[in-house]
Amino acid sequence: MLDRRRLLAGTTATVATLGAGSVLGSISAFAKTAKTVTLPFGNGERPMAQYPQKRPLILQTTRPPQLETPFSVYNEGVITPNDAFFVRYHLADIPLDIDPAKFTIEVKGKVDKPLKLSMADLRKMPAREIVAVTQCSGNSRGFFDPRVAGGQSGNGAMGNARWKGVPLKAVLEKAGVQAGAKQVVFGGLDGPVSDKTPDFAKALDLDHARDGEVMLAYSMNGEDLPMLNGFPVRLVVPGYFGTYWVKHLNEIAVIDHVYDNFWMKTAYRIPDNDCHCVEPGTAPKATIPINRFTVRSFITNVTDGAKVKAGKTHLKGIAFDGGKGIKEVAVSADGGKSWQPATLGKNLGNYSFREWHATVRLPAGAHELRVRATSNDGKTQPMQASWNPAGYMRNVVETVRVTAA
Amino acid sequence: MTASMRLAAATFALAAGLGLAAAQARPLKITLPPETAAFKPGPNREVVMNNCTACHSSDYVQTQPRGPKFGKDFWTAEVNKMVKVYGAPIEDADIPKIVEYLTQTYSTASQ
Repeated sequence: MLDRRRLLAGTTATVATLGAGSVLGSISAFAKTAKTVTLPFGNGERPMAQYPQKRPLILQTTRPPQLETPFSVYNEGVITPNDAFFVRYHLADIPLDIDPAKFTIEVKGKVDKPLKLSMADLRKMPAREIVAVTQCSGNSRGFFDPRVAGGQSGNGAMGNARWKGVPLKAVLEKAGVQAGAKQVVFGGLDGPVSDKTPDFAKALDLDHARDGEVMLAYSMNGEDLPMLNGFPVRLVVPGYFGTYWVKHLNEIAVIDHVYDNFWMKTAYRIPDNDCHCVEPGTAPKATIPINRFTVRSFITNVTDGAKVKAGKTHLKGIAFDGGKGIKEVAVSADGGKSWQPATLGKNLGNYSFREWHATVRLPAGAHELRVRATSNDGKTQPMQASWNPAGYMRNVVETVRVTAA
Repeated sequence: MTASMRLAAATFALAAGLGLAAAQARPLKITLPPETAAFKPGPNREVVMNNCTACHSSDYVQTQPRGPKFGKDFWTAEVNKMVKVYGAPIEDADIPKIVEYLTQTYSTASQ
């Protein structure tokens, strides 16, 4: 379905003509660093590894690559730097060599005027910026109890960036969506090794696709996207889980039915109930495609097991939800028996991480610090973790255990 | 050269190409680090090497949960998922051999 090899063949020819290292920047990779980290769940030891355009990150898997952001990065600021931004691919045939001058995005299907947009075409269209979190559906899966199969992430499969690009709405208007259209399907250059493996593609309902916020982003925090985050252009679906944020986006197809490939119909499904959860170990009766984030919050400046000075302790962290924005954040120093409000930091928009600050008084001894966010639509985080078979959407109130002395 | 020096050198090489590429994003080529993750020694390891490594590295196995609930049934389900869902071209006769390897090599917490 997606034409990666032809494009790559073209790119290779360019290298041969010009000679590598003249126009074409080449970024080499570095071996695993000697360091390992241990994520706080069983079998949680992971190497640290430095990939091209990245600082050392937690190596979840090598091929296809999955790199997790070390949690301390979230304490550096509400914007996640590009070189620290997590990486997640599904299929191992990933693009490593792209000439944006040859890259095109095909717009086809139920449209009046099929398009082949170059990056230059895209950059000529009116741009907008949005600060938005993307989070892997399986972020924090390693904390599920009972454990489930899949990528065993800690809390670092999320990131918040300032994305710049063109609203998908404008692209669809240029192509002219025909009557009867129902969904829009997105494909990227990354694909399977075997043609028997379902190629990765995702779909959004038409109304969502043209809400003006879903965008084709060619800039991330003021720079080109790193290759491993979707260079030269990726779909940004604010408030939605990362599975929809198709990288190396080169195909947009408008269809008149509900897309039913493996990645929509079988994978990335959540229980169709209010909590999107079931009794541990059981299967849901009905499922729907995963969609918006649930509300989450984290303490970022104090780590689990830390020793702090008795008395006043400053707490700092982040909160986010699926797009309503954060109404309030509360912290507890007694395991959730009593709560006090935190002060919210600068508002970068409803799709961004929201910084918060609080000061708690900790007498000498052991304490359980907790943080709980509430979004503008009144949704909050559960005190007990919910469970689903795929290990998606963890959003329990997080606990950080400290000892004050 | 240290890793950070090499990164700086690579970044400089990239920046040098900028002037020619105008405001457009410039061509980008990266090279991934060598794959160092490897399947541990165990029975039928060669069958696993032949059937699994074309599509993914061994850390997809290495990082899965361990313990009594992650024994033969768990690995049977995973191998079947690879065949039925992801289209892995694994011969029927190889499936029990792969399950045996995974169960003996990647199921207990101490492994």
